[in-house]
Amino acid sequence: MGVEQKLGNMGVVTTTLESVVNWGRTNAMWPMLFGLACCAIEMMSAQSSTYDMSRFGMELMRASPRQSDLMIVAGRVSRKMAPVLRRLYDQMPEPKWVIAMGDCASCGGVFNNYAILQGVDEIVPVDVYVAGCPPRPEALIHGVMTLHEKVKAEKFKDLAQIK
Amino acid sequence: MTELQEVTVDQYRHLVSERALSGETMLLNMGPQHPSTHGVLRLLLELDGEIVINCIPDVGYLHTGIEKNMEAKTYQKAEVMTDRLDYMNTMGNNLAYVMAVEKLVDLDVPERALVLRVILTELQRIASHLVWLGTSGLDLAAMSMFLYCFREREQILDIFELVSGQRMMTTYFRPGGLWRDVPVEFEAAVRDFIKIFPKRVDEYESLLTKNPLFLDRMLGIGKLDAATALSHSVTGPMLRASGVNWDLRKARPYMGYEQYDFNVPTHTEGDTYARYLVRIQEMRESLKIVVQALNKLPFGPVRSDNRKFVPPPRSEIGVSMEALIHHFKLWTEGFPAPQASIYSAVESPRGELGVFLEGDGGPKPYRVHMRTPSFDNLSVLPKIVKGHLVADLVAILSSTDIVLGDIDR
Repeated sequence: MGVEQKLGNMGVVTTTLESVVNWGRTNAMWPMLFGLACCAIEMMSAQSSTYDMSRFGMELMRASPRQSDLMIVAGRVSRKMAPVLRRLYDQMPEPKWVIAMGDCASCGGVFNNYAILQGVDEIVPVDVYVAGCPPRPEALIHGVMTLHEKVKAEKFKDLAQIK
Repeated sequence: MTELQEVTVDQYRHLVSERALSGETMLLNMGPQHPSTHGVLRLLLELDGEIVINCIPDVGYLHTGIEKNMEAKTYQKAEVMTDRLDYMNTMGNNLAYVMAVEKLVDLDVPERALVLRVILTELQRIASHLVWLGTSGLDLAAMSMFLYCFREREQILDIFELVSGQRMMTTYFRPGGLWRDVPVEFEAAVRDFIKIFPKRVDEYESLLTKNPLFLDRMLGIGKLDAATALSHSVTGPMLRASGVNWDLRKARPYMGYEQYDFNVPTHTEGDTYARYLVRIQEMRESLKIVVQALNKLPFGPVRSDNRKFVPPPRSEIGVSMEALIHHFKLWTEGFPAPQASIYSAVESPRGELGVFLEGDGGPKPYRVHMRTPSFDNLSVLPKIVKGHLVADLVAILSSTDIVLGDIDR
């Protein structure tokens, strides 16, 4: 997709371009406005005045998956919700990332039963897992920072091979 | 177990009018991912132009199997699940559950624990109404409400963290009392909140209550009359906004609510604006209760000393053989409850939250059922949105203050 395929492995020129593109991607990452359960309230807290995620260029939550590049799966995913979640993920344009926020999204949490997906990584690829039930807003922000580090280290040639 | 099902709009066609089948009206799917559904609610709308003529809520996108999971846990451990039920009202859920357990095994609670429970549940009510006010302000494009309300909510969550170590999932109330006594900083923290909060409510009201844009969106929208509300067993602020003065804290006092002096705000209009006013006034009333409870907070133990149900304090375990045995038995086996079924209800920020418990003589409940207020309050939604615009639907839905964790459980 996009610039990765066009550039491929072009050595020193792309190395610097890479860092510029990655820097751009991290500094205006738009998360999708997608709350499921308890963690969504803490996600809202992270957006609110006390924690203020807009310090990292992430204040703009988009309600449409087509306008967002980060999906924060905030809460437990039931088996009825799972196809919806996968469809939303498919509708997001590349490049896209997923944060599994909280224990339920990461591994099912306390709900080891018939109704809850045991980790959202069963249906979408997850980049960062944030532990906690629910994680504090600081923990979510740390997860986002971790994702930013990861994005900054991405190489175009690796991405081209994966996709 | 692993197959995933997807439901399409076509499967709901039999629920809508004939006009939809001929294509005269439009079927529109709202949710489960929609910024104004406050979670994962799906509404199937039948629209004539912009006007909603039919609305079918589709719940279950957050079905968690909490009731089933609780059957597999002992009475103490099942309490952890109740936190995740209605996640805006964690203290209130704990209260409803521990009251049910205490009723089932006939356990008494010390006075200090009762008063602390009242303080914390009333703070939780304020926090829940603040989230409601912030998000419904956001739905009606009053962005600053969200920022202001969450600022105060943080202060309440700090108090919860102080007493229980967790911001949201507190599990602080335990059968027979509290997990532990509150720390010394507790009183000062609550007093700080009491001092600033009335001015903050005035601030919200100055932004919204007489705001012409807000009134245009709220007045006369989503009218619910008392008879319809009662026939759908609507409870809480929604019922009181329709003119029925019914609050379990007054009608069936529990936790010593009869000792406190507070009013039950009631309005007769039954529209979205009346619900807003009821909740704003409830925040002030809750604060009154917190002040009274804090002033009379007695000293003493916070846990019952009935060792068959309540674990002994840490200090006793080192010196008493019986204490060690009780502790071990309670945490490995749990306590047996008699073969009986009971129902106990509290007034949650959304209405009557009831817990039905059936014991079978063993340490685990045979059946747990929650009578959750959001579920019944949602059932009236199709009635009250008929004839309104889609934009009004957003205002009506946010005024019902549903929590999907509460509906789907």
